[in-house]
Amino acid sequence: MIGNIGAVEGYGDRTLWRRRAAGLRRLDWTLVLAVAALAVIGAVLVRSATFQLLTEQGKDPNGFLKRHILNLVIGVVLGVVVAVLDYRLLRAYAPILYGVSCAGLVAVLTPLGETINGSHSWIVIGGGFQVQPSEFAKVGLVVLLAMILGEPRDGEVGPGRRDVLLALVLAGVPAALIMLQPDLGTTLVFTAVVLGMLAVSGARKRWLFGLVGGGVAAAFAAIALGLLKPYQLARFTAFLDPSADPRGAGYNAQQARIAIGSGGVSGKGLFQGEQTGGHFVPEQQTDFIFTVAGEELGFVGGAVIVLLLGLVLWRGLRIATQAADLFGTLVASGVVCWLAFQTFENVGMTLGIMPITGLPLPFVSYGGSATFANFIALGLLQAVHLRRRPFD
Amino acid sequence: MNSRTHFRLMVLYVLVGAMLLVLMGRLWSMQVLEGAHYRQVAADNRTRDIVVPAVRGLILDANGKPLVRNRTALVVSVDRTALSRQKDRGATVLTRLAGALGTTRDALEKKIRLCGPGIKRPCWPGSPYQPIPVDDRVDPKRALQIMERQEEFPGVTAQVQAVREYPEPDGASAAQALGYLQPITQGELDKRKGLKVTGYSGVDLIGRDGLEATYDADLRGEPGFRKVLVDSQGRVTGTATEQAPVPGGSLVTSLDAGVQGAAENALEKAVREARKRGDKADAGAAVVMDVQTGRLLALASYPTYDPGIWTGGISQDEYDALLGKKKGEPLISRATQGQFAPASTFKISSVAAAVRDGYDLNGTYSCPGSFNVGSRAFRNFEGQAHGSMNLHRALVVSCDTIFYKFAYEQWLRDGGTTPKKNPKDPMVQMARDWGFGARTGVDLPSETEGRIPDRKWKRDYWNATRKSDCKAAQEGFPDVAKSDPSRAAYLKSIAKENCTEGFNWRAGDAANLSIGQGDMLVTPLQLTRAYATLANGGRLVVPRLAQAVVRPDGSVARRIDSPPAPRLPVEDKVLRYIRSGLAGVTKQGTAAAVFNGFDFKKVDVAGKTGTAEVYGKGDTSWFASFAPVKKPRFAVVAMVSQGGTGATTAAPIVREIYEAMYGMNGHKAALKDGKPAEGLPRLRYDGTGANP
Repeated sequence: MIGNIGAVEGYGDRTLWRRRAAGLRRLDWTLVLAVAALAVIGAVLVRSATFQLLTEQGKDPNGFLKRHILNLVIGVVLGVVVAVLDYRLLRAYAPILYGVSCAGLVAVLTPLGETINGSHSWIVIGGGFQVQPSEFAKVGLVVLLAMILGEPRDGEVGPGRRDVLLALVLAGVPAALIMLQPDLGTTLVFTAVVLGMLAVSGARKRWLFGLVGGGVAAAFAAIALGLLKPYQLARFTAFLDPSADPRGAGYNAQQARIAIGSGGVSGKGLFQGEQTGGHFVPEQQTDFIFTVAGEELGFVGGAVIVLLLGLVLWRGLRIATQAADLFGTLVASGVVCWLAFQTFENVGMTLGIMPITGLPLPFVSYGGSATFANFIALGLLQAVHLRRRPFD
Repeated sequence: MNSRTHFRLMVLYVLVGAMLLVLMGRLWSMQVLEGAHYRQVAADNRTRDIVVPAVRGLILDANGKPLVRNRTALVVSVDRTALSRQKDRGATVLTRLAGALGTTRDALEKKIRLCGPGIKRPCWPGSPYQPIPVDDRVDPKRALQIMERQEEFPGVTAQVQAVREYPEPDGASAAQALGYLQPITQGELDKRKGLKVTGYSGVDLIGRDGLEATYDADLRGEPGFRKVLVDSQGRVTGTATEQAPVPGGSLVTSLDAGVQGAAENALEKAVREARKRGDKADAGAAVVMDVQTGRLLALASYPTYDPGIWTGGISQDEYDALLGKKKGEPLISRATQGQFAPASTFKISSVAAAVRDGYDLNGTYSCPGSFNVGSRAFRNFEGQAHGSMNLHRALVVSCDTIFYKFAYEQWLRDGGTTPKKNPKDPMVQMARDWGFGARTGVDLPSETEGRIPDRKWKRDYWNATRKSDCKAAQEGFPDVAKSDPSRAAYLKSIAKENCTEGFNWRAGDAANLSIGQGDMLVTPLQLTRAYATLANGGRLVVPRLAQAVVRPDGSVARRIDSPPAPRLPVEDKVLRYIRSGLAGVTKQGTAAAVFNGFDFKKVDVAGKTGTAEVYGKGDTSWFASFAPVKKPRFAVVAMVSQGGTGATTAAPIVREIYEAMYGMNGHKAALKDGKPAEGLPRLRYDGTGANP
């Protein structure tokens, strides 16, 4: 009897376990492992970038590392929660998610906001914690655009004019709010996401080319009308010739190139970077984390990071292709566009082929909000993957 | 999934792939293809070169007493680069430092500003990357405060360094002969290949004058350098490579501190007394030379200054005082750069010239109170007539008219106002043979040539002044005419004469030259060398101050010898005759009163007084001598500008110098057995000091 009872209870446990085990097996483990590898490398690099300065300041040399690990743990939890949810439910939550992130972006512009490194992007919530709403706005944007552009359509291959316009307007509001901070990098991420998702949703080519053309025209107009402040323009163009102003706008670009270039094939060894140890590159644990890898781990380390990110993007695109519905495809491709652009921009700026903007390297850089947002994105991909079309 | 969406997802695949390729390609090109270049840039980025100055060699007297040595000083320096990185550009730190050093922030800021056009001293003439010394006489307690509380003084360092010190043994300063140091300029830096390598050699000091300049290369040693690792804030995190400096060699001079001190002392005393008598006595010099070798035992110049003021940055006031006329331009060495008419001391040359021209060395000549050269009467000193005499007596009583006659007759033989094609000009020729009108070649910078006013000089001078003379001859002197019409008329007639025939070598010019007057100019060193030549039997020795460069370990790096002495083309018997004449001067002649009571048995001194008239100024007082008469070893010359007659002011200086050299009249003998120090002094192993 006792055994039976046990068996009954055990049966229940076992079905739950089996279902969970089946779910776990259905996860995209390649994607999980790639992200895990990036997170481990990132944590090591964060320590390398910070332990010397912390030691000099008489602080715990592993202070940044510990906080980063905490961020990763929270990020993983968030990602798991998102992955377990039926992503189709997100459709219902999308407007709320969107509304909350827009509210956050408005709050940043009020006295609640805090300026860090020249961008008014943070809300301080006390206890040394800050939130960067623009990171979460990326998630909100992807889900909302997927909802609008992924509506089931009868016979049409792409979204109608009304849907496209609605998507543009709804994407424009947070983009404009972010532009006010100012945070050029995130605005560019938004642009890439909107363009990519419109394309995948099947919107007509004229929309796409119109958008690109309009964007270019707007940029020229902004320069011609003097809307951009000279220093913004200088920072943006400094990457073309960092030696023109090596102490000012070109300093980061110059020092980043020196750090990476001097790494050579195999690097100077972990924690051995002289450029890194001498704090020549500013913001090295966040936006310029790739320079630590370039200097200390050399071409081998840099290439591994780029390839791992490439693996993440490839799995993301694969998930988009195999999604059960257009909504899923759009969510996955939105995430891919976001991460792809951010990777290209971040690594590109340290290599001197892209202008300097404040964007972290996905899954590698230090930073709570960015880490959380990235793992939520990973969760979204896994959620779409778990409910993929059975025949694929 | 419809086909359009599928197609566009494929495009996205391609885009992502392309992006990866671009990143990988760029990474490859930067790290693998250009890796070496970036490694070099990174090395430059992380290291700074710091010059470690070599300890400069000492300057010693003939017995090894240091005239210039190094003092270890606690030097407080300020790093401009570090200050400029601070939020308030270093204002707080400088205020705090000013408090610790007992000065003002303003004073510190002036010391660390960079020299440039329109920037007054104090300012820093060296490299802006080098720590700039702001105080080298810091109390050790205060320096310790700064060193221990580095966090309160970021960018400020206190270090032990060697700075120049002038101990003045036996009261010998020899400021002008020793010279001084100044930070090297960019121009000089560019010329020195060895120094340029280090890049930041601005802190190097270079000898600017005197022996410090002449023997700079021997004294300076070789600076070392240290390649230090720095972080992005310029903080030093370690040392990459280090090359130790090679200390400079010490310079052993022939100066004798005892003699030099006595010369300076006697010179200053004579100036003081002359001023008491009402003379201006604005400058003077005293020189003591070994007539056998040309080595100088003393080279004194008045006015003088404390060479210590060059150390640790000089203020504008101090700098102006050194260069300005107000303090008598103490930087100028009157001994080597002062030019004055030699007056009767020049007669040694005139006698030799007359004899070479055929006058009888043992003849008898008349010495009237005045002699008519052309239409003008040239007088003896105070118009005294002495009757007939030989040349010996002419030197003893300093008769001028005998020499006027010689000069006038020679001038007539050369054709007078219509000169022959190749005039003999015996007096000019002899002066040239005796080394006047040319540098002696002493081992000091900026020696002047003096001047023999010959025919060519007259013509050049006329060409240079003709315009203004002719203008004055036309217009007269209306300004002077208002108050003194007769003087104006006289000046006009002179101007007229100068305008029309100023190029002519006139009888008066020849007569003036024969007694060392008129436009004839010599430096005290030239005159000393002339008397040394007379004393040593006709060898034109080249004056030398330096004897040898000695390495810090005591070994001799190089000996510095006088170049071979040219021969004076004068017969030995003539020189002997002149010497005997000068021997009488101190006993029966113009200097007899001054040498009254002098122990000639101990050392027999021969000499000649000179009193040069200077237009619009007081007389230049001269006394030129050599001793001992029998076996000459030293030539001693003293000169005081605007000092009165040679007997009253200059001769007592020379007497006192001899007394100090030989230990007479209460003086302690500066020389051992009346001889210059023999050989080189033995130096202590570490080179920081020497046996006295």
